Amino acid sequence: MSGTEDILETARAWRAEGERVALATVVETWGSSPRPAGSRLAVTGSGRLAGSVSGGCIEGAVADVAKQVMESGAPQLLDFGITDERAWEVGLACGGKLKVFVEPLA
Amino acid sequence: MTPDTLETLQAARAARRPVALLTRLPDGAQRLHPDEALPDALRDAAEAALRDDRAGPVTAGEETWFVQPQVPSPRLIVVGAVHVAQALVPMATAVGLAVTVVDPRRAFATEERFQGDVTLVDEWPDDALLALRPDSRTAIVTLTHDPKLDDPALDVALKSEAFYIGALGSRRTHAKRVERLTEAGHGAEAIARIRAPVGLDIGAVTAPEIALSIIAQVVAARRGKPL
Repeated sequence: MSGTEDILETARAWRAEGERVALATVVETWGSSPRPAGSRLAVTGSGRLAGSVSGGCIEGAVADVAKQVMESGAPQLLDFGITDERAWEVGLACGGKLKVFVEPLA
Repeated sequence: MTPDTLETLQAARAARRPVALLTRLPDGAQRLHPDEALPDALRDAAEAALRDDRAGPVTAGEETWFVQPQVPSPRLIVVGAVHVAQALVPMATAVGLAVTVVDPRRAFATEERFQGDVTLVDEWPDDALLALRPDSRTAIVTLTHDPKLDDPALDVALKSEAFYIGALGSRRTHAKRVERLTEAGHGAEAIARIRAPVGLDIGAVTAPEIALSIIAQVVAARRGKPL
């Protein structure tokens, strides 16, 4: 189903306040990923977060990339949890695997 | 995402208009369905995403696109602007339901009693429900305890495709209700759609606890796990 929380509305409000904003969206999942495709996380240049793309495991990493994306203006497609071993490295303890697309709101 | 695309998506949401956002990976080019003419493969994927309310990737020739549907929120129509309704509204909103509260009694459906994102209707329940046209994305709960108000609402509800129909009241109250609805011409199978006593059996006592049991049951019905 569509997101119940209106993350885009939050992103719009932040932008209206003069914040730089990036949007991260789960575009594909495998295994036990906690959030379905279409889940969104909005990030501002000042570090505010709304929504989620996982159970909290990878939001920090995604927020770091979001800042790069705001700087460069170029979107990035991120892979998380290629193997269970690496899943630990990026913090996906569940062993799930997902792709997250990060784009500037600009 | 451009600010223009964001504005279009938010205008569609406000107007309860279904729209699909298509994003080409990895460069992020975006299109909207049905606002823009799209190649067949993308248009079909967008239609399917809207129909199933499911996001996912689609391959079109050499390209990969991510298709994200934005469909109107499912609705909850609450008949009876009573104490349990006051507890129910914020919980329903939190799980993504667009809530309408119906009660013709002037003292009940007031803005003082119901704040936040809720539509208040002070018409008779059957008139109100007919006007609201409940569909397969609508849940209906009657809470008045008063057959004069609950029964006309249930009459309309049973003739609709509502995905959930619940009625507050004890087993005894419900047995009498079943008799009245049967006399009104509803068959046993139709009447069996009514969840009564309403809500999951979690031993709820207070108004918020009863509201929680109802919301949990509505979520289960919506997610295809009827409890």
